[in-house]
Amino acid sequence: MQRPVLGNEWLIDVRDLTKVYGDGPTAVHALRGVSLRVRAGEFVAIMGPSGSGKSTFMHVLGCLDRPTSGSYRLAGEEVSRLSPDQLALARNTRIGFVFQSFNLLSRTTALENVELPMLYAGVPREERLRRARALLDQMGLGERADHRPSELSGGQQQRVAIARALANGAPLLMADEPTGNLDSTSSADILALFRWLNRERRITIVLVTHDVTIAAWSDRVVTFRDGLIIGDRPVEEAVPASVRAGVPSMAAARGVRA
Amino acid sequence: MSLAVLLRVAWQALRRNATRSVLTMLGIIIGVGAVITSMAIGTGAQAAVLAQIESLGANLIVIVPGSITTGGVSLGSGTRTSLKLEDVTAIAREVPAVAGAAPYSQTNAQVVAGGANWYTSIGGTTPAWTTVRNWPVAEGRFFTEAEVRQSAKVAVLGSTVAQNLFPASESGAVGAMVIIKNVPFRVVGVLASKGQSGFGRDQDDVVVVPITTLQARLTGQTWVNSILVSAATPDAVPGVVDSTERLLRLRHHLTVRQPDDFSVRNIADVQQVRIATSQTQTLLLAGIAVVSLVVGGIGIMNIMLVSVTERTREIGLRMAVGARGRDILLQFLVEALTLASVGGLVGIAIGIATAQGASLVAHWPVIVSPLSVVLGFVSAALVGVVFGFYPARRAAALDPIVALRYE
Ligand SMILES: Nc1ncnc2c1ncn2[C@@H]1O[C@H](COP(=O)(O)OP(=O)(O)OP(=O)(O)O)[C@@H](O)[C@H]1O
Ligand SMILES: [Mg+2]
Repeated sequence: MQRPVLGNEWLIDVRDLTKVYGDGPTAVHALRGVSLRVRAGEFVAIMGPSGSGKSTFMHVLGCLDRPTSGSYRLAGEEVSRLSPDQLALARNTRIGFVFQSFNLLSRTTALENVELPMLYAGVPREERLRRARALLDQMGLGERADHRPSELSGGQQQRVAIARALANGAPLLMADEPTGNLDSTSSADILALFRWLNRERRITIVLVTHDVTIAAWSDRVVTFRDGLIIGDRPVEEAVPASVRAGVPSMAAARGVRA
Repeated sequence: MSLAVLLRVAWQALRRNATRSVLTMLGIIIGVGAVITSMAIGTGAQAAVLAQIESLGANLIVIVPGSITTGGVSLGSGTRTSLKLEDVTAIAREVPAVAGAAPYSQTNAQVVAGGANWYTSIGGTTPAWTTVRNWPVAEGRFFTEAEVRQSAKVAVLGSTVAQNLFPASESGAVGAMVIIKNVPFRVVGVLASKGQSGFGRDQDDVVVVPITTLQARLTGQTWVNSILVSAATPDAVPGVVDSTERLLRLRHHLTVRQPDDFSVRNIADVQQVRIATSQTQTLLLAGIAVVSLVVGGIGIMNIMLVSVTERTREIGLRMAVGARGRDILLQFLVEALTLASVGGLVGIAIGIATAQGASLVAHWPVIVSPLSVVLGFVSAALVGVVFGFYPARRAAALDPIVALRYE
């Protein structure tokens, strides 16, 4: 059953989005007319075979790349009309992006990595440190603030990356295969964190995965094939009950985290 | 981003590749070092020449035997002997606007006083010399016209000679006896100290005796080595030069076709040549400085391009979390600037050390002016900005997603 959603505005409103790499006979049509709407507070999983255009779609949604044609409205604002500096501002304050390969600055501490987006937002030093520490505490990494990425486990590194994505209070989190490099225990940890952020902090999450057991944590599953959306169903329909049974309840998950 | 953060990020990036950073700075270090050293030597030499003109007197005219054409020396046989003592008196008597004229002949000899002895320059002249050279006596007196006429065996010591021959008692020099080439001289006075001439030559390292005594007892010459004439005013110098030339041609019975057997030189002209020489040297060093700064700049550009390529993913990530093009531009510009500025500071230190070393070892007159330090630093910083701009622009123009995917 569908969770009640706050507000009527679409946070993400995509119409007839296409993306073509290259031109002429070698052109690759990565997206061939994708339309999707996501409300604030949703937890969406995107699935589909390799090469179906999931990452391309995520990059457009994350304002990292521009579509070839079509419309993308983020909280009512047409993104394709934004200047490069305005796109940078959107990436800075409105969208948090989490990568499969973490993408932390390797010679910088966890704390400094979390500070990074705030540097570009011009947050004063005191406030920066306070917020970065608070976020790392929430991620259960209070003790590791001064560690470098090489001194952290994969799961811990991904949690630093999530803290960084949330540093400027973005209401939207985009994650492209965030658990692709993690073992199952760390994966469950990260997914419990996502669900907690979604349920308790009302953060909208769009997550790409190959793995149906991961999609089972979401509320809605969108399926891609050959640059088109071929399925968009609630998790209850998209994921078999036997798989969903493997997802721990909120209470149990919090027990694990505590 | 605040400047403090930018500087810290730049410093961290440079420290990460410390060896590479230092090697990159080398060009800038040498360039700025050369700027500082060349300016220190140039300013020093110029100041020394000016000081020398000052101490000789700008109104001074020097007459030497032989027709010395510009730069070259062409002495016909016998022309070395063309100037006579009578020429000196004739100039003083007949040329208008002359404040004084004195002969000056010179030889080197050992001067002995009791147990001490000192090898120095012995000058022979007349009392007019103190006026012409503007060089008073500090103790005792100068010798008189009468003593010149009598070829008296009297001597006036330069302060360096007095100090070295009579170190114990300062008043002991006047009235004492010194022996020069087996001839005993009575010391009648000690000259005031003039100090270094600016090129390491100690002007006070001299003994002055009557010209007649020098000729008769020490050198056996009947001619004089040079005549020093001082014009009454600086404006009178060209007129005095002309009149002197005409007078001497007349006295030496030269026909219209015969060239001068002497040459008259204005001391300001002579010094001008020395200034020009030191300026050539300065220019040469400045050329080296410019070339090394450009080479240093190219080195910085090269390393910054490598750095941008190496850190493409970092740039992509920074853009992904909100860095604008100009944030990235500034980051790499500050990095290049830091590299160049640190190189500039090290270059300034090395330049000052080199200049001081030259002054200590070769006794070159050097002056490290604040202007040269500022100029050195500014040119280093400028090189950093100019040569850092292209790599920084390349970094800023990267597409975030392309940069993130870069392997
Ligand atoms: N920069 C690019 N240049 C050319 N073609 C590209 C580029 N990026 C992606 N493609 C192509 O676009 C198509 C979609 O790629 P995309 O990365 O979006 O797939 P994906 O669904 O994320 O796959 P995976 O599950 O393997 O990550 C693929 O055919 C891919 O080869
Ligand atoms: Mg992908």
